[in-house]
Amino acid sequence: MPDGTSRVPSGETLSDHADVERRLGELLRTHEEQVIRHWTESVSARRDELAELYRAVLRAVEEGGRDLADLRGLLAELSRSRARAGYSPAETSKAVFGLKGALYEIVVTHADDEVLRGFIRFARLIDDLGLFTFEAYAEAREKIIMDQAEQLLELSTPVVKLWDGIVAVPLIGTLDSARTQVVMEKLLETLVETGAEHAVIDITGVPAVDTQVAQHLLKTVFAARLMGAECVISGIRPQIAHTIVTLGIEFGDIVTKTSLADALAHAFRRSGVQVSGGPATRVTVRAEQA
Amino acid sequence: MDRVPILKLGDLLLVSIQVDLDDQTVLALKEDLAEVVVARGARGVIIDISVVEIVDSFTGRMLATIAEMCRLLDAHAVVVGMRPAVAITLVELGLSLGGVRTALNLERGVALLDHVRGAAP
Repeated sequence: MPDGTSRVPSGETLSDHADVERRLGELLRTHEEQVIRHWTESVSARRDELAELYRAVLRAVEEGGRDLADLRGLLAELSRSRARAGYSPAETSKAVFGLKGALYEIVVTHADDEVLRGFIRFARLIDDLGLFTFEAYAEAREKIIMDQAEQLLELSTPVVKLWDGIVAVPLIGTLDSARTQVVMEKLLETLVETGAEHAVIDITGVPAVDTQVAQHLLKTVFAARLMGAECVISGIRPQIAHTIVTLGIEFGDIVTKTSLADALAHAFRRSGVQVSGGPATRVTVRAEQA
Repeated sequence: MDRVPILKLGDLLLVSIQVDLDDQTVLALKEDLAEVVVARGARGVIIDISVVEIVDSFTGRMLATIAEMCRLLDAHAVVVGMRPAVAITLVELGLSLGGVRTALNLERGVALLDHVRGAAP
């Protein structure tokens, strides 16, 4: 980030510059109470927050505005806590800009050239700081969004056990390669952990299947096969079947079923589990020893 | 060069790969296995790769070749215990090992061979 405060404007010498900073520092220190009071009155912020910020600004000005790390840290913290408290980033930066107005009332009563020049430099510093709170706010937001995206990825890919040796992955939402990777890894790990030999991938919640999504599904099925488990894809809606045929995607010998129930029945048959009685009657299930 | 031991278990052969597979090792295994299958008249071969963490396309292809070779020698081959990472790698490499039987672990592999031989004696 360009640091506008340590630049020496053309036409000024370094000693001038140091002198101006010193005068401004003195002014800020002697009128501390008054400025903070004005500042607190003009903006919506807590007095202790502003007083702390004021002291940090004062230190930065006295040191010539070269080391702003402390000040930035403080502002980032302020921006975060105010964002949590429901303030918009514009309100936070306005609160910072308010310091200019508060100081101006002091400056006009001590109007001489040097102080005015110092005030201009000071205003520039405050502008930078105000914009920095905005940046910190955006950064914090970005981080929240990234975290949530990650959580969503985890949340949206559960592997559930349907029966001894039968697991299912209900997929909801659009499949992209990152998600397929997570699904694939989770499914394969579950196969190892549970020793399941049948897996059902349910795509009822997948809004659309294109060649890429189909490719991802096929990869998952093949990977499961390599580990010795059989995959069934269920929840293929008429529309999706139509799309798959139109796109010419070859599902080969992969078993596909329209509903999860059909897929479960298929898995039961393959693993030798017999269901006696139809729906609506009491169901007894007996696992046959292979 | 490491050699992979081939163990006899009834009329099955058990190949447990405990070393990192390089090309020479795999080639040697293929030759050894062909000889042992013929010499012992084995009807089934179980290749356990549960500790193999890294495979390349050559190894993947060789697994398919070994399975095919066993079939020609009238022995059924099963690859057991493939790790998820290995399975994903092979699929990403475009190797789905179409003709190779697989099982989750050794126990399932033995059961699968029994089942296969029961169905087609």
